[in-house]
Amino acid sequence: MSATQTPVQAFHRRVHDAIHDARIRANFRSAMDGLMSKRRTAFADWDLERLRELGAAIRQRALTRLPDLLEELERNCQANGIRVHWAETDEEACHIILDICRAHDARQVIKGKSMVSEEMELNHFLQQHGIQALESDLGEYIVQLAGETPSHIIMPAIHKNTGEISELMHEKTGTEPSRDVDYLTAAARSQLRERFMQADVGISGVNFAVAETGTLCLVENEGNGRLTTTVPPVHIAVTGIEKVVERLEDVAPLLSLLTRSATGQHITTYFNMISGPRRDGELDGPQEVHLVLVDSGRSGIYQDDELLETLRCIRCGACMNHCPVYTRVGGHAYGTTYPGPIGKILMPHLLGLEATSELPSASTLCGACGDVCPVKIPIPRLLVRLRREAVEGDGQHPGMVAGHGVKRRRWEVAIWRLWSWLHARPGLYRAGIAAATRFRWLQPRRLGAWTRYRTAPRLAPRSLHALMKARASGGNPR
Amino acid sequence: MNATDKRYPEKPDQVYFFGTCLVDLFYPRAGVAGIRLLEREGITVHFPQNQTCCGQPAYTSGYHDQARQVATVQLDLFPEPWPIVVPSGSCGGMLRHHYPALFSGTAHEEKARDIAGRTWELTEFLLHVCGARYTDQGPPVTVALHTSCSARREMAIGDAGRRLLAQLGNVTVVEQDREEECCGFGGTFAVRHPEISAAMVSDKVDSIVAAGAEQFASTDCGCLMNIAGHAEKTGKPLAGEHLAGFLWDRVRGADRDGTS
Repeated sequence: MSATQTPVQAFHRRVHDAIHDARIRANFRSAMDGLMSKRRTAFADWDLERLRELGAAIRQRALTRLPDLLEELERNCQANGIRVHWAETDEEACHIILDICRAHDARQVIKGKSMVSEEMELNHFLQQHGIQALESDLGEYIVQLAGETPSHIIMPAIHKNTGEISELMHEKTGTEPSRDVDYLTAAARSQLRERFMQADVGISGVNFAVAETGTLCLVENEGNGRLTTTVPPVHIAVTGIEKVVERLEDVAPLLSLLTRSATGQHITTYFNMISGPRRDGELDGPQEVHLVLVDSGRSGIYQDDELLETLRCIRCGACMNHCPVYTRVGGHAYGTTYPGPIGKILMPHLLGLEATSELPSASTLCGACGDVCPVKIPIPRLLVRLRREAVEGDGQHPGMVAGHGVKRRRWEVAIWRLWSWLHARPGLYRAGIAAATRFRWLQPRRLGAWTRYRTAPRLAPRSLHALMKARASGGNPR
Repeated sequence: MNATDKRYPEKPDQVYFFGTCLVDLFYPRAGVAGIRLLEREGITVHFPQNQTCCGQPAYTSGYHDQARQVATVQLDLFPEPWPIVVPSGSCGGMLRHHYPALFSGTAHEEKARDIAGRTWELTEFLLHVCGARYTDQGPPVTVALHTSCSARREMAIGDAGRRLLAQLGNVTVVEQDREEECCGFGGTFAVRHPEISAAMVSDKVDSIVAAGAEQFASTDCGCLMNIAGHAEKTGKPLAGEHLAGFLWDRVRGADRDGTS
């Protein structure tokens, strides 16, 4: 991105590049088709609607009591021997983690998958301070080798096909080129295995943090999460404050929804419940466990009941898998840590609307995301809400989201005012359409961006109003 | 929610017809056809001349004051307790699902809720409320059906359009790949994000053509002008029309009422 581009221009540039990249288009299309079909199969014999209601209720209940639950979580984690840290910003979170690493003289960190750490750009930060952080999730590992960021929240390297991954691994690690996925996986596995043993600190994310018991739940398929959280002497779990749930019994339905929605699995290969460091007499596990709770803009959403629903998200990625826009442009085009529909409604809170004002508009409001969301986040409604935030904020409507009113343009306001003035006056409207249909040959053939890809719709000789009026007075409607 | 979970009203003697602004200006034939299909069921159709637009363009663009201003006018169109039939899932969805929110906390809240509760999309109304039965009068033809996202998801009309078409003996309805995927219209989205929209509509046209249809019928005029307009622009052999017009053309020969 060049320095002179505005965030809006940069977004359109990335979209343009992605749309015209045949490989990106093909990789996402086939991957998303596969994920959609897996989800359909996974829920085939379930009462999905009831389960979604339950999931939504559990998450909403947790959010409603968020401050209390976070305190309860802290108390119970501490009772389990987990040290709890609070970070208001990404920067604070990075420093907390750096301090823990330094206290242990850590040089090498092994990481399990964590989108919050992506938000924080933790790897880059640690690198700057002389600490190497290696991603151990296969997708994250590939993305790190390529020097990229994840393009999907659960399948970070989904933008690459096997051939591209083979080339990358050959170039960066000397692995023999191969289209055999098992071979490539085994090669990555053996490279990673050594690093697990050498790592001074393991850093992971958290899927659910249970307030009642002080338990950190981690959902994964590769075993890298278990190794990250058990082999190194220190484990740091980092998570957004919204991941807390009230009770242990809340976890089962959420887990069912998460894995089925995400990958179509009934359960993942690994499900870790971390309840503290190694205890006396235990043979394995870390000596220290830390939990870093990151706010980073989330509590700002808390003041608005409608926007709050955004925080129900359990990060399954189903909304992006089913999004016709995401499928066309891929994850990187969004330019944000979280892409797709959830990114469009979450990132404006984390970054402000100045940087993200184009995201809520980049949707047809088709509703596919809201339909599949396992916790029933009304994503289309929230997109409209954020569109409103982006153009309102004129004093009469104080906005809730940072950067509100950033898209308000005087000419656009004037157009909508003129439009509403005309459409709120039926007599004038009828006169207007009578003139438009009568002088339809004056209709321009080109209508800006519309006619770049389509012909213009043609004005009818007589409007429905005119036809029905003629009919009411005994004329022929045709 | 799907169509079978909904509670449809008893078949009424009279209904209101909310034509929508796109039908008014570009596809009035579809509006007339919708009205004739309702009349064919023995229903008296009232077309309030003061109707303009549901307000959706401003609403989805974030200009809710302007949307409310226009929507307020529509609230006065339907004084009798008759159902309101809309030949569009999208505008129907605006009345049914967004009016209550738009007028929440205002003096018009109750009126908005009343209107929302009796708004129906045309094809679901024909099938589920009227129990329409059709005898095909047209020549053999192969078509695809495009059910708009708002009809499918917001109005949950289910397979109403498909079931009406299935009654037509000479009509073969093909199923296109990814039928549930959006065509890329999205109102102002099509001009704000023209490249994404174009990629979507191009795929939609290709999948309909690949399914073996040379024409398609749509439940919404927005999708219709997007899909048919793209096909025309790119020279692909695909014509489109509103489902109401298509149905009326197939069955009107049986009625011979002489006016159309």
